[in-house]
This record gives sequence, structure tokens and C-alpha cells, in this order.
Amino acid sequence: MITAALLPLLDPQSTPFWEGCGLGELRVQSCGSCHARRMPPRPMCPICRSLDVEWRATSGRGRIWSYVVPHPPLLPAFNDIAPYNVIVVSLDEMPTIRFVGNLVSSADGPINEVDPAGIAINSPVRVVFSSPIADEVGEVAFPRWVRA
Amino acid sequence: MPTPLLQDATAIVGIGATTWSKSSTRSELELALDAISAALDDAGIDPSEVDGLSSYTLESTEEVEIARNLGLGDIGYFGKVHYGGGAGCGVVGQASMAVATGVCNVAVAWRSRKRGSAASRPWAGVGQRIGGPAQWSRPFGLLRPVDEIAMLTRRYCHEFGATRDDLCTVATSIRAHANLNPAAQMGAKPMTREDYFGARMISEPLCLFDNCLETDGAAAVVIVRADRAVAGPQPPAFIHSWAQSLPRQHQTMTNYFCDDPLLGPAWACGEQLWERSEVGPSDIDVCQLYDAFSPLVLLSLEGYGFCGRGEAAGFVAEQGIGPGGGLPVNTSGGGMSEAYIHGFNLIVEAVRQVRGTSTSQTPGATWSLVTSGEGVPTGAVLLRGANP
Repeated sequence: MITAALLPLLDPQSTPFWEGCGLGELRVQSCGSCHARRMPPRPMCPICRSLDVEWRATSGRGRIWSYVVPHPPLLPAFNDIAPYNVIVVSLDEMPTIRFVGNLVSSADGPINEVDPAGIAINSPVRVVFSSPIADEVGEVAFPRWVRA
Repeated sequence: MPTPLLQDATAIVGIGATTWSKSSTRSELELALDAISAALDDAGIDPSEVDGLSSYTLESTEEVEIARNLGLGDIGYFGKVHYGGGAGCGVVGQASMAVATGVCNVAVAWRSRKRGSAASRPWAGVGQRIGGPAQWSRPFGLLRPVDEIAMLTRRYCHEFGATRDDLCTVATSIRAHANLNPAAQMGAKPMTREDYFGARMISEPLCLFDNCLETDGAAAVVIVRADRAVAGPQPPAFIHSWAQSLPRQHQTMTNYFCDDPLLGPAWACGEQLWERSEVGPSDIDVCQLYDAFSPLVLLSLEGYGFCGRGEAAGFVAEQGIGPGGGLPVNTSGGGMSEAYIHGFNLIVEAVRQVRGTSTSQTPGATWSLVTSGEGVPTGAVLLRGANP
């Protein structure tokens, strides 16, 4: 078990996503009526206004849409590991579904391990999941990305 | 087509601002009172005549405090606009709408900000657990507005071939305007291209000089109906048109989830603005484009139609946006080199341009555009000088 500075506050809309990460699934919310996928999750389908929701696993494969390399001043836990990378991944089967994440060498590898000079837009990546990260509220597994 | 209802119906007749500093000893309330007093004196209007108030939801000075300190009259309209740096032009536009429709007669719009204020920096107050939309980005280390805009910037450069060299041109052009403005925080500090490329990185691809300043200060404007404006002591800056935009499927700063994240709110806002205007982008004499970060200037030039999509870097290089350029942008130094108070100093400067009193004056400026933050729900105001 490792500790991190910032964990998500799970709410009724986001809980299935984060629970999926603990089960090794990258899930996306869909409308229970018209089945349109949407990210981030929300109560109502913007296409048909249904409040019915379902969650489906994705391929977990995508391409780097963009990336940044933050430097200090940052929150203390991130200052200590900066510079690190943050990427946005576009999902292969539906490129307008995107996720913010980090490119790592292995599921529990640090987010400052990959040389930023080697990160490129459109590079293929696949999701992996960190070991559960804990705080006083509970524990959450993070989706991370490795080169595909 | 009939003339839009609100076109030229109101005018900004008073402007006021405090000095800009990094650490004022005065409170945000005192700064606001100073700026509003100056704006009312500039307009030649007694505080007792003010019956409308308009500001940002992030504003910490409350209407009741503003009113009872300044001795304002009975307030009949008060409203606030959300989304930080996206709010300013909506703050002015909504006040203008209240005046034009007779809901109030004399409206004051203002913004007062101290950089240390918790309310001014929503990202700084994050706790251990991150709820709401930020849970999809901040736990991964995408913490600050600069990180969020850097993500769009990298993609923009990838799609359209812009480079840090183009961002440098934006930053140094705006600094050159500031160097003509003794009141600007960076007024006495020139910036060379070497300075820019020597600066430390904040969130690659953005460096220190792609970021706005940190400022303590306040600015205010006074708005009345056009018939009264022409009788006042100052040349009126008519509010020719204004628009706000919260485009479909938009998600503020981390707008990575819609079909095309690089088509930000400026695009839909510009479309509405020009529909309500007698003129188009090629008629505009001078611009104040919201510049919390240098790439927002490029995105705004495209969104408001000054050039085609992906062409802003070439436009800036060929036209020039600095002093004497084909389209001067942020002529007081903007948020990057004059002061950063969520874009309200840009509104004051847009008025100075049609009065002919800017320190980097565009000769004969009649059409003066000011925009609020691209990348968040936004707004724009087009001012028309009194003698087109």
C-alpha cells in the first residue's frame, strides 16, 4: 500500500468508475436507454434525457492526445516528484472519450519515471491499475498508462 | 434585420482603478471602494445616484458593504457572474442590460482582488479528497490552471504547428505595450526573446512568462443610458454589443471531454457578438484579449474571427500585436504585464482606447474589443467611440 497526496472523493456518479479500477476494469458510463457513452459521468443523458445509467468496460487502449510536464510551485507531495508527466488519453474505440492520467513504466511505477522527451502525441498506450492507495477515508486504485 | 435591442443603448462613462502591487496593505473592500470612487468621480456622478451593482461570483466584497460605505442610493439591480476570468465582460454586459431596460439607471461594475485571498485561488484550497469534476484531473497531478491550459496548448501546437517562438512573440509584444504604461507592474521591465527563453518552465510547454502576474488591486466602471452618456464630462464608450457563451458540452478549464476541445467558448461567443454588431473583425481597431496565459491570445484571435483556425501564430507574426502593430492587443500590458485582476483592467483599457487616453494609443480608435477568459464560459464587449 502506498500513500498519495490527492485521492478522488467518490460520489454516486463516480463510484462505479473508481470501483472498476479496483477490479482491473476501465469503465465508462453509458445511457441506460440510448446507450450513448459519456465521460465524465453525470446523472442525465444529454442526448435522450434518460436518468438510467449503465457502466461498461472499455478496451483500455488509447492514444496520447496531449501531455504536460509540471514544475514547481506545486502542492508539496507533487513538488517532491516534479517534473512529472500528466497525459490525456483518447480511447481507441471512441476517441472523444478521454481520460487524464499519467504515463508510467509499470503499474506502481512513479509518475516521474518516464523521460518526458520520449513522450509523443498519438503514441499508443494501454491502461494498467495501481495497487490501492489509502488515506483515512479508504483506498482507491488509480488507472495509469503504459506504452502499448 | 432589425437593430438589436441593446445596440449602443448604454455607455461606459466612468473608469477607475487603484495602483497595482504585489502586496497591498489595504483590504479588498478598501481597494474596491477606491476604484469605484475614482470611476464615479471620472463620470461626474454622485454615489447617491447609483442603483445597480454587478460583479464576479469570486468577488469577496459584498454589495451591502459597497453600498453603505460609498453612500449609494437604493439598489434596484445586483447580480454576479460565475467562472472567474470568464466573467468580466458578462459582468459589464449584464449591468448594461439592466440599465438599457430601465431596471436601473446608473450601474457600477467592479472587481477587487488580492493575490493572497483564498477566494481568488480556488485551486489552492484543495483538501485531501478531490470531489466533483476535478476528481478526473487533479489526483493525477494536473493541479493548477496553468497545467490545464498547457494541456490544450501542447495539442494546439501539435495540430497547427505553432511553437514556443509564437508564444514568445505574444508575451514580448504585450510587454512592449506595458513598457509604455508607467502604472503597469512590469512598466519598467523590458522583456527580450532571450529573457523569455531563459525563464524557468512552469508547466511544459509553458514557461514563467506565458503566465499572468499576481496583483493586488481593483478596477471599476460606471454605466448609464446613451442619452445621458453624451451629456457627461467624458467621451462615451458606447456598449455597441456584448455576448456571453457557455457552449454545449463545455467543462471549464479541463475541457478535454467534448468533441473538439480546441474550439473553446470564444468561438460561440464571437459568433453571437458579430451577429449583434454593425461591424466585423476586420473593422476592429484595437483588442484587449484575456491573457491569463499567452496561448489564450492565439485561441481568442481565432475564436473571434481575426484569422482562420490554426492561423493565429502567422497572424501575430505578420500583422503584429505590439505597439504600432496591425492589430494592437492588450495595450496597457494586459494580465501578463500590467495587472491580473481576472481581466477587469482590460475593460478599463478598452474604454481608454476609445477616449484616446491609452499610454499605447491606437490612433483614431473607434472600435475597441475586450474579451474575457477563453477556456472557461466567457463573454465579450465591443465598445464604439463617440466619433466613428
